[in-house]
Amino acid sequence: MVREEAQSLSKNTALQKSKKSFPVHILVFLAPAVIIYTLFMIIPLLGSLGLGFFTQNESGAVVFAGLDNYIRLLTDPLWSPRVWGALRNNVIFFIVHMCVQNPIGLFLAALISSQLISHRAATIYRSLIFTPTVLSVVLVGFIWRLLLSPVWGVADDLLAAIGVQSQPWLGLETTALPVLSLISVWQWVGIPMMLFLAALMGIPDEIVEAARVDGATAWSVFWRIKFPLILPTVGIVGVLTFVGNFNAFDLIYTTQTALAGPNFSTDILGTLFYRTFFGFQLQLGNDYMGAAVAGIMFVIIATGVLFYLFGWQRRILKMDIQL
Amino acid sequence: MKKLFTLSLLLLVLVGAFSVAAQDSVTLTIESWRNDDLAIWEDVIIPAFEAQHPEIHVVFSPTAPTEYNAALNTKLEAGTAGDLITCRPFDASLQLFLDGHLASLNDLPGMENFSDVAKSAWITDDGSDAFCVPMASVIHGFLYNSSIFEELGLTEPATEEEFLALLQTVKDNGSYDPLAMGTADQWESATMGFQNIGPNYWAGEEGRLGLIDGTAKYNEGGFLAAFEALARWQPFMPNGYQALTYADAQNLFAFGQAAVYPAGSWDIGYFENSGIDFELGAFAPPPPAGADTCYISDHTDIAMGMNSASPNAEAARTFLEWMTSQEFAEMYTNQLPGFFTLSNHDISVEDPIAGEFLSWRGQCETTIRSSYQILSRGEPNNETELWGQSAQLLNGDVTAQEAADTIQSGLEQWYEPQMAQ
Repeated sequence: MVREEAQSLSKNTALQKSKKSFPVHILVFLAPAVIIYTLFMIIPLLGSLGLGFFTQNESGAVVFAGLDNYIRLLTDPLWSPRVWGALRNNVIFFIVHMCVQNPIGLFLAALISSQLISHRAATIYRSLIFTPTVLSVVLVGFIWRLLLSPVWGVADDLLAAIGVQSQPWLGLETTALPVLSLISVWQWVGIPMMLFLAALMGIPDEIVEAARVDGATAWSVFWRIKFPLILPTVGIVGVLTFVGNFNAFDLIYTTQTALAGPNFSTDILGTLFYRTFFGFQLQLGNDYMGAAVAGIMFVIIATGVLFYLFGWQRRILKMDIQL
Repeated sequence: MKKLFTLSLLLLVLVGAFSVAAQDSVTLTIESWRNDDLAIWEDVIIPAFEAQHPEIHVVFSPTAPTEYNAALNTKLEAGTAGDLITCRPFDASLQLFLDGHLASLNDLPGMENFSDVAKSAWITDDGSDAFCVPMASVIHGFLYNSSIFEELGLTEPATEEEFLALLQTVKDNGSYDPLAMGTADQWESATMGFQNIGPNYWAGEEGRLGLIDGTAKYNEGGFLAAFEALARWQPFMPNGYQALTYADAQNLFAFGQAAVYPAGSWDIGYFENSGIDFELGAFAPPPPAGADTCYISDHTDIAMGMNSASPNAEAARTFLEWMTSQEFAEMYTNQLPGFFTLSNHDISVEDPIAGEFLSWRGQCETTIRSSYQILSRGEPNNETELWGQSAQLLNGDVTAQEAADTIQSGLEQWYEPQMAQ
């Protein structure tokens, strides 16, 4: 504690010093990131958001439309079922990841970092579980379509062995979205596992040993000591999952095509955006409505990230300081 | 050193010769999305043209199909597009013509070799300006496994009743799937299902044009009957068909596990090249009993137009005129089995199955897919809705009446001739 205070004190004096002479080197270090990020991210993002406020009238002229595109998307009987449906599916997709992927990631990380398995086995498992994340999503989608294929898939035989009846899993409105979410979980579970593992490894042994000496069980050591210490990582994993899921597109596109069948039951914001912006088969693309869909995605993701920054990270930082 | 000198001298002579050659010959560039056909164009079609017109040099320059429309638009705007433009059917090309990028071809000699149906995909709504030379169409029908037919003692069905009885026989036997088809990709349900058998129920062009002028509706008469006929396929679909893709269905049939494959003629080439160990057979969509005329979907798919900003307009017109000839029709149809010339020339087709498909043109009335002309211009998109509803119909999630009502009400939302009077 004392050491930390000393550190922050020295930081303050460093800041005071730097105020006197303008820190040119900071600008130099910031410049590449700021310039590249502004040119290739911020300007296109603003351009896209701006496009959403325009529309093309019957004579083909581009006119300012204000919030019309957004109002149409959210209320028009043609658009709104697709938008709300995509939003609903996206929320389900996210909930499955939060309830399945992240707990499993945490569990695996706890297991691998524990004394229960040998160091060698831990390394092997860690690599194996991480492998799917480096595979192309197209490949993962293709492999799972084959595994689950009702004609030559192996999933049916395996499931029959445990008494689950064969289903065209990706072809039914009721099962397609949960199954796709689980495929995505299978692919990405390595990421939260690695993040949790790194955080767990960072916990000083003394604290855990002290708890053991005091008679704490492994269960209470985990929940009372380790888990509170990795809360910042829990937040980061949560927000990464959120951003990743609401930007998701490729898995649905490769397995269910841009139509996100059956009957739009796997349609998420990413596929809705693709169909709107680029068009689909005979339907010509509509840049302006597409930009509005992208605008909705941006608002949702930005809200989530801001909630994380102000609602979670700040509180965690405060807790840190109180500690 | 001496070698280098000779080499550079040789190079200089070559460059000189080339530039002289370039001065008195014209180079035409073809924009296309058919990169699959690159070899056929370079090895067969272009040499045949150049042999007759040595002063014109032609380059086939394809783009990836998914990027074609966007890339072409950009090139046309920037003035760097090729002289000849491969035309997508209907609205994509119509827009190019209305924007002034495609030249009118009304006075092109040879255009009289094409019927009105053939030209319908590349003509203004009022029929006053044709802007692309029709190249090829695809025909729908059914392919079958003749080994299975022989084993079970089946013959080609002539009516819908016979067709359903045939499927029932295969199903009762239990060794094979009656139909090789899935609904996962959705488009097969509409394209290989609804649009394949439909013309027999809505009387081809009569029904299709009825939809466009507002006298026919998707939820009554022939169109409703077509949905009902499609719904009768449901018991004969393979196990787990809701999750089967187009490629799965192709494999199912190619591996000899299914008796009948609802096909587009472009599938012929695929099956013939995939090493199947049975003989292919084909039959036209069987009409309902008592019908005296049969109808087939002979869908206009690809054409060629001229960039109105082309500096080589004269040469480009020469090439287009050559494309209306019997020679081109014969060459194109035989090099790409399953893509049939749209011209009225009497041509011989070497591939027997492709020939069978083409022979239906003489026996049946032809039409194109109901949703392609005008009706897919609005929101909701008629074609996309047909995909979704046909797939749901086969999945058993909606009845024929419900599917038809959904599509009709979608059309009524924006298409004036169909709006409730």
